[in-house]
Amino acid sequence: MSLEWMAWTLPTAIFFATIAALLIAMTVWQASAPSIERRGLLPIATTPGDRLFLGLLGSAYIHLAWIGLFDLSLWWALVISAVYMIALMRWG
Amino acid sequence: MGKWEDNKAWFLVLPVFVLVAISAIIPLMTVVNYSVQDIFGPGERYFVGIEWFEEMLANKRLHDALWRQFLFSGLVLLIEIPLGVLIALAMPKRGWGVSVSLVLLALPLLIPWNVIGTIWIIFTRPDIGLLGVAINGLGVEFDHTAAPLDAWITVMLMEVWHWTPLVALLAYAGLRAIPEAYFQAARIDGASPWAVFRYIQLPKMRGVLTIAVLLRFMDSFLIYAEPFVLTGGGPGNSTTFLSIYLVKLSTAMDVGPAAAFSIIYFLIILLFSWLFYQALQNVGTGDRQ
Repeated sequence: MSLEWMAWTLPTAIFFATIAALLIAMTVWQASAPSIERRGLLPIATTPGDRLFLGLLGSAYIHLAWIGLFDLSLWWALVISAVYMIALMRWG
Repeated sequence: MGKWEDNKAWFLVLPVFVLVAISAIIPLMTVVNYSVQDIFGPGERYFVGIEWFEEMLANKRLHDALWRQFLFSGLVLLIEIPLGVLIALAMPKRGWGVSVSLVLLALPLLIPWNVIGTIWIIFTRPDIGLLGVAINGLGVEFDHTAAPLDAWITVMLMEVWHWTPLVALLAYAGLRAIPEAYFQAARIDGASPWAVFRYIQLPKMRGVLTIAVLLRFMDSFLIYAEPFVLTGGGPGNSTTFLSIYLVKLSTAMDVGPAAAFSIIYFLIILLFSWLFYQALQNVGTGDRQ
């Protein structure tokens, strides 16, 4: 089966591999140490999975805002997203 | 730990997972791949990075379509929710009238969406359509193919006619579920009809109305078939909503920009779905506070 129609590129492959790795890691983590919902800085009670979703969604918006508003390298958006993601997972 | 591993239910979920993977995840991955490349044909593609995203985010036609979309969805909610509640309040509570009004309300919901567009094209035509001829007969010039305002009015009328029944049916179900004791108590206290509505009926309809708002927002935000058939996005671009613009882009073989646009569209939908999902989750708990 040829996968040419999916038009893979190295950056998008790395992107999806990272997301898949995050999902697998979170699943293993949940299985080995089941988590419960808790209230953090966010106004709603969240599980680590909820916070991962919010982290990824927020990161997507951070990148879009960066592309739309600034002419600087996109790596800065990645750094901001990583900081946001870690903060959200820890205190969110 | 052992329980989680032994759980055979995971195998039962597998077919659904495979289906979703083929029908949603793999196409979505492909769209992401397309969004970073300039594609000329099979095997002829070049990596362009975030160029399409830059182009789309600065695209004035996309901005216009986005504001048009929010205006449309906002108007839909502002008109359909109060109107649906009013219809539900006016509907008969018992007797043969109940079945008749339920059937009448359900009719617009049963018609295929592209047929609805065709019905309204004919209905509003200024030369042969019942509504078009009637309005023009009153001395008001009305032509949805020429004037942007007329096109908007026609699309809104069609949308309200098509979907207000859903809101009315939901609101009616909510109203019927209120125990008679509430109304008896209100009568004893001499409550006005407004007070009964404000303090009994409206709070009790909160759950169904949240669902109605959610459904109507999401559906109107994704609307395609009806306005496409009715106006084709015109006159000019005046009724080109997000999905119509997206299809215009992708059929022009600009798959790269169309893919970047799809991802932005998807992210907007994802954010609103999540917000509404949270609102729905809190529907039951809000009453108790």
